[in-house]
Amino acid sequence: LITRHSTLYLAKNRRVVMPSWTEHEEIKELQKSYSRNKVRTTKYTFLSFIPKNLFEQLHRFANLYFIFLAALNFVPIVNAFQPEISIIPIVFVMSITAVKDLWEDQRRRKSDQKVNNRLCDVYDRKQKRYVERRWAEVCVGDLVRLCCNEIIPADMVLLHSSDPNGVCHIETANLDGETNLKQRQVVRDLPQGSEFVPENYSSHIECENPNNDLRRFRGFMEHPGKVRVGLHSENLLLRSCTVRNTETVIGIVVYAGHETKAMQNNSGPRYKRSKLERRLNMDVLWCVILLLLMCLIAAVGHGFWLSGLQNPIYMIPDDTHPALAAFYMFWTMIIVLQVLIPISLYVSIEIVKLGQIYFIQNDLDLYNPVLDTGVQCRALNITEDLGQIQFLFSDKTGTLTENRMLFRRCTVAGTEYPHHENAISLEQYEDQGCGDADHSLTLRSRTSRKSLSCKSLSCNRSSVSLNTLTAESDTHSVHDTLRRHTPGAFSGTMECAVVPDPQLQAKLNTLSSAMRSPPRQQAAEISHILDFFLALTVCNTVVVSSPTQPRHVMPVVRTPLRSLEEMKAMFQKLSLPRFPSSLSQNTDTPTSLTKKLFTRGRSASYFPNNSPQTPIMTLQSPTTPSGTPSYTPSTPVTPALSSGAWSEDVDDIQKAKVNSADESESDDEDEAEELLYEAESPDEAALVQAAKAYGCTLLGRSPEQVLVVVPGTGPLSIPLLHVLPFHSARKRMSVVVRHPLTGEVVVYTKGADNVIMELAEAAEDGFSREVMERTQRNLDQYAREGLRTLCVAKKVLEEQEYEAWLKRHEYAETSIENREELLLESAERLETNLTLLGATGIVDRLQEEVPETIEALQEAGIKVWVLTGDKQETAINIAFACKLLRPTDHILMANCDSKETCEARLHELQHEIRQVTKEGVSEDDSSDCVLVIDGRTLDYTLQKELQGSFLELTCCCRSVICCRSTPLQKSQVVRLVRDKLKVMTLAIGDGANDVSMIQMADVGIGISGQEGMQAVMSSDFAISRFKFLRKLILVHGHWCYTRLANMILYFFYKNVMYVNLLFWYQFFCGFSGSTMTNSWVLIFFNLLFTSVPPIIYGVLDKDVSGETLLDLPDLYKSGQNSQAYLPSTFWMNILDAFYQSLVCFFIPYFAYTGSDIGVFSFGSPINGSALLIILLHQLIESRTVTWIHTAILLFSALFYYAFVLLFSLTCVTCNSPTNPLGIETKMMSDPLYYLVCGLTTVLALLPRILCRTFCNTICPSDLVRAQKMERLSAQDYSMSLRQWKENKAAQRLSSRHVPQNLSVNADMPHLTDCIAEAGAVLS
Amino acid sequence: MKNEGKSAQRPDNTAFTQQRLPAWQPILSAGIVIPGFLIIGLAFIGIGIGLFLTSQTIQVQEMDYTGVEKDSPCFRCTIPSNLNCTCEVTFSLSTLFTGPVFFYYGLSNYYQNFRRYGVSKDYNQLTGDTRYFKSRSPEEDCSPYSYDSNNNPIVPCGAIANSIFNDTFELYQIINGTKKQVPLDGRGISWWTDYNIKYRNPSPVNGSLAKAFDGTVKPINWPRPAYELDLTDPNNNGFLNQDFLVWMRRAALPQFRKLYRRITDGDYAAGLPAGNYSLTVHYNYPVLSFDGRKKVVFSNVSWMGGKNNFLGLAYLVVGSLCVVMSVVMLVVYAKFKFSDDDDA
Repeated sequence: LITRHSTLYLAKNRRVVMPSWTEHEEIKELQKSYSRNKVRTTKYTFLSFIPKNLFEQLHRFANLYFIFLAALNFVPIVNAFQPEISIIPIVFVMSITAVKDLWEDQRRRKSDQKVNNRLCDVYDRKQKRYVERRWAEVCVGDLVRLCCNEIIPADMVLLHSSDPNGVCHIETANLDGETNLKQRQVVRDLPQGSEFVPENYSSHIECENPNNDLRRFRGFMEHPGKVRVGLHSENLLLRSCTVRNTETVIGIVVYAGHETKAMQNNSGPRYKRSKLERRLNMDVLWCVILLLLMCLIAAVGHGFWLSGLQNPIYMIPDDTHPALAAFYMFWTMIIVLQVLIPISLYVSIEIVKLGQIYFIQNDLDLYNPVLDTGVQCRALNITEDLGQIQFLFSDKTGTLTENRMLFRRCTVAGTEYPHHENAISLEQYEDQGCGDADHSLTLRSRTSRKSLSCKSLSCNRSSVSLNTLTAESDTHSVHDTLRRHTPGAFSGTMECAVVPDPQLQAKLNTLSSAMRSPPRQQAAEISHILDFFLALTVCNTVVVSSPTQPRHVMPVVRTPLRSLEEMKAMFQKLSLPRFPSSLSQNTDTPTSLTKKLFTRGRSASYFPNNSPQTPIMTLQSPTTPSGTPSYTPSTPVTPALSSGAWSEDVDDIQKAKVNSADESESDDEDEAEELLYEAESPDEAALVQAAKAYGCTLLGRSPEQVLVVVPGTGPLSIPLLHVLPFHSARKRMSVVVRHPLTGEVVVYTKGADNVIMELAEAAEDGFSREVMERTQRNLDQYAREGLRTLCVAKKVLEEQEYEAWLKRHEYAETSIENREELLLESAERLETNLTLLGATGIVDRLQEEVPETIEALQEAGIKVWVLTGDKQETAINIAFACKLLRPTDHILMANCDSKETCEARLHELQHEIRQVTKEGVSEDDSSDCVLVIDGRTLDYTLQKELQGSFLELTCCCRSVICCRSTPLQKSQVVRLVRDKLKVMTLAIGDGANDVSMIQMADVGIGISGQEGMQAVMSSDFAISRFKFLRKLILVHGHWCYTRLANMILYFFYKNVMYVNLLFWYQFFCGFSGSTMTNSWVLIFFNLLFTSVPPIIYGVLDKDVSGETLLDLPDLYKSGQNSQAYLPSTFWMNILDAFYQSLVCFFIPYFAYTGSDIGVFSFGSPINGSALLIILLHQLIESRTVTWIHTAILLFSALFYYAFVLLFSLTCVTCNSPTNPLGIETKMMSDPLYYLVCGLTTVLALLPRILCRTFCNTICPSDLVRAQKMERLSAQDYSMSLRQWKENKAAQRLSSRHVPQNLSVNADMPHLTDCIAEAGAVLS
Repeated sequence: MKNEGKSAQRPDNTAFTQQRLPAWQPILSAGIVIPGFLIIGLAFIGIGIGLFLTSQTIQVQEMDYTGVEKDSPCFRCTIPSNLNCTCEVTFSLSTLFTGPVFFYYGLSNYYQNFRRYGVSKDYNQLTGDTRYFKSRSPEEDCSPYSYDSNNNPIVPCGAIANSIFNDTFELYQIINGTKKQVPLDGRGISWWTDYNIKYRNPSPVNGSLAKAFDGTVKPINWPRPAYELDLTDPNNNGFLNQDFLVWMRRAALPQFRKLYRRITDGDYAAGLPAGNYSLTVHYNYPVLSFDGRKKVVFSNVSWMGGKNNFLGLAYLVVGSLCVVMSVVMLVVYAKFKFSDDDDA
């Protein structure tokens, strides 16, 4: 046991975990202090609800304001109403909010309960067996046993797995939505066997304190013998993931409950403040100023009025000084006029947004029947921002394109293999469309459903904020993930059908078939080819599964075929000239070893029906770094486990053998159905499929070895020494393997072409230099065709070199601090002096309707930028394909190596643009220049000094394409544009590399595509196809914006109009704060009688129909320019409100002046006409009136009248001093009442109606014209639509410049013709 | 066809969720507005004419008797020392003043709508609840008219009651130099709801209303306690006194009139015949301190209430405005309509 001293020391910043039955008192205490596994995502308990909810609500400024007002009313000297009335508004608003919060909390409580009551097996020391416990009862230090498909209850360190290799697979879809299975490893050095005896486990674990980094876990396990073993994320089973393909696993809980990574990653829905809301807050401030002004006027007026009086009989004797009375009056007036600040506006906006989200989520046009997903609104309060987008930043891969990678062609050792037949079959595939894929998707979706029930685990906190929709949408997303996961998206049947290039096939066949030794040059080439395919097969993280057997089971025996020996010999001969040293060094051991292997393996493969006891051997990587590689058979597989799989495996292997010998395509397809490749990135799967077409088949993968079939051999086990996973900074991944044939330690690296080319530059001999040159040419060619390119390289390591590296690498692996940096460094140390093997071209086709969508968005005045990590040529090509670039466009290139040249280039380009615009006919902002900029140049332009000129340049361009950009750059670009140009930005992407950009933009949209869910998780809206963006933005965005803007304006109008009635009255009551209205009616007028119609209006109003909005993207510009809610429209509304209130007050005033009208009788027609005016005003502002609108308007009016009538009939003693008894009934029985109301209403609305009519007739806005168009018959409509478009086109044409290729910088001589070519293809 | 699981997330295809509800789209264009305005304009002109004519038929006789001018009959009563002053205002009617004639008193520059004045009463007292006669906290609304200087509770308390208008009038027709009193009817001048529901007298103690007021004092300005407001009619006393009820219903604007009596009885049921009249004013109410004015108003009423030319004129103006606008719009519309056609 560890010493007391160290325990105390470690406890501070580390966590110590021992089995829960530990005797160590101190650790026991410590462990008790760790969070238990019970989760509670609810915000409130039964008791804490009221105080806590109140407290939270008090954080809102608006609420504070109204509470202040209510409190003010309790001060006798200034009170205007009875105190109980003045608290009605705030109580009303707060209780609505509280009810909503409570309801949401209840939903969370239920889901918590469900999660907490799940059962799992926990080891019980006393009973000496596993007993069922509720999840809530699991604590840190418990040993938990899980079976296949069970959900992991807490973060556990994996101690034992039934898998003989000590691995287990988990599915993290619940956590990050990633679709592939992840491998987890049992802690090294733990006894592996069929039985795990919990009692024997007494090691202690020290690890870092809980944090939210899913990919990081650092710590070590100390065995009783003081041996320390490093722990990392591969040892950690994460809560809410699912165990897959592993019969049982046992783990010790290290983090429980809220300390688990899953829970720590649970942040609620995103809260963003929309542009409209910022504007709104400004105007609320204006209202405050207005209010203060009005109160000031009243206060001053009151002071003067008082001082002019000489003790009249109606005056309450009082020795207050008029100035002081005026001061009191100021506060009284604030109470009286409080309604000027729209109290219900904030609540109404929330409700309206919920309604808008409901309709967005229910739109059938945004529903993808293939994935069974609609749009998910994850952010609840920025719907209207969708209607104001000015800049759109799009990722390319997976967003514009399918991200369904298909191998198209490759180049090996400098020779290009065009794969013509493959191209043809790809085209056919595209024609067939996704029908097949869809089919396969749906078939499997059913099975996966059940396992997903734990989604709530990770999502239940998300509904923290106001709505219930979140919870739903999260559920939704989980289903998505599951469903998407199941199909094995990257391994659909069609992708397998890579048709091999005959030439390459022939070359490869020479290796396997004949034993004639090829000429040397060719031999080198063939070894290159073999290495190339081996690299494709091995250098990845693809996991193999087949539908007939559990996934990821590693076939146990690798049986070299008959010809292995000969092949080896040949291979060594072939590689002799290239690796003389390594050969001489290594010949001894490997050869003898393979001999051994050969005989044994051969017997196994040739007599598959031998009893399972056949000696089974695996090649295992040395677990300890030793001087000479010692291949020792180890870890005998338990017969019980392997026997079942064994025969199947042999079958597989035999089949594979048959296939590899006989290259017929149909067989390939057969086999394709048996092996499913699941990869983290789709191009990996595509490459593996491609290699498979050439007979290099990946059969299985375990942490220590890869089982492959190489043409001419049977299944070969390749010891996998290290995997250096892909990192966005390195832009490559590597594997270190021991070559199956030569026995050398080989590094295979696969990565972005520029990176690999750089690393491979140091080649001395002519052959490789030539290869590189030719490959570069081919790469350029690929890029021009719009293919994604990847380079494959290798490096042979000498043993000493490897050992030296290994030492430092192990140090990096075990270090707790800076592990990531050290690993990165270590990888970079290894990936040098590479030998280029070849390159691949992968085709990624465009998603459907992408060009149309982009065209529509551009027509709508949105500047579309593409930010991609791809090559410049690829990016340009895709841009052409999706009509972002038109053949007539000028392409401005910016590729610079230094800041100075960059600056010069920017000026040069600006000059060019100026020239172009001069040549053009008119100065229109839709200049047809497109800037293409690469990552390095982007870095310079993002620096402070060049930002200005960069932005200036981009403003003149219709679009910008940033290629080779990193995730960080993407977000920097978005931030630059957003902050400096003060525009609304939208970022859309599908992958983890887009997350920062998505979060940076005002509106982030995630495409729930194939690259996991990170983008979706960080987005505000998630859609499943790019094309949905069109309707989402152009229709829903426009609607949401106009609706909300109009509603807010209406709210302001309504409140100002009503409050001013009270204000005018002050001029006739000595500014004494009297109201001519019963205080209940006064309070309810805005809160109840007139608040529902604007909400309905905000949810349902439709200025132009969706079809027209899609037909005429121009209409979107009104939202971009904030036309619905400009400061001027705000003030116009306020002005109109003033006018209306004047009319509404003074017509009754003159009608009743001098008569015996009583205070509240006077208020009656004023209120009545105010109601009519406000409701009819609403009707004028409405663009659509459905039965719902009508019903609500009628209901509001009837509600008011019913209320006041009932009140005046029944309220005998209530509500002193404004007792309404008999007033309304008496007033309404008087014809004068109706005469006054009628006149007032008409006169008040007259200017607005006139204004509207004149505007609509004389200079109708685009929106009005579109509305008028909609009324036409279908035929007329399409005719006027055509005419409209012609007009716009004519406008555009007049501003377009003469097509001309500006360009192009010296580094890219081929680009000109590439563009021309692409242009030709498109035109 | 599709199994349930597959389309679980599919939104409902209803007109509501897809926002395709049949809707009327009101576009304010000249086409709709012109006839609309024309109709409204004509209707308003019609109403306006009707109102105006009706208003013209209403006869009003208004006399200021404040006595500001030296030569006015009530000037002498404005001298503060002159208590229980009576003055006589004479007027003559040239034509029959058709009945029923309403007799108002009017006050101007009198802010019954002053907020603190308005709250200065106790509804509970006025509903006859004797519990509220004595035990009231001094901070109540009525303050400082809750207690007199001897700390006796005032009933009815508050500024409104205290400031009740207490001029009284007698109207005489002068026929051949003799005064013939015109009977003034004070019944039913208050609101029905006030008299029957809202205000209640305390239940009499031993048959005596006065006893119910035991232990309370009259408002300071009042000459007599509440139960002696009308000595002639015992039912017109206490909180149910008609003048009191009329006064308690506060006027909305600083210039107002309140109904004093109606002339409905006897020879004058058909109205006041032409001739000379004399109005005897028992001048009690001080208004000069705040530059107020007192007047009496005789008026008959129509269906639209008292005389008010404003509403008729306003209707006429707005109606004509509408008509004019519709004409203007017609011109504009014609012009733009044709230019639209040219485009097309």
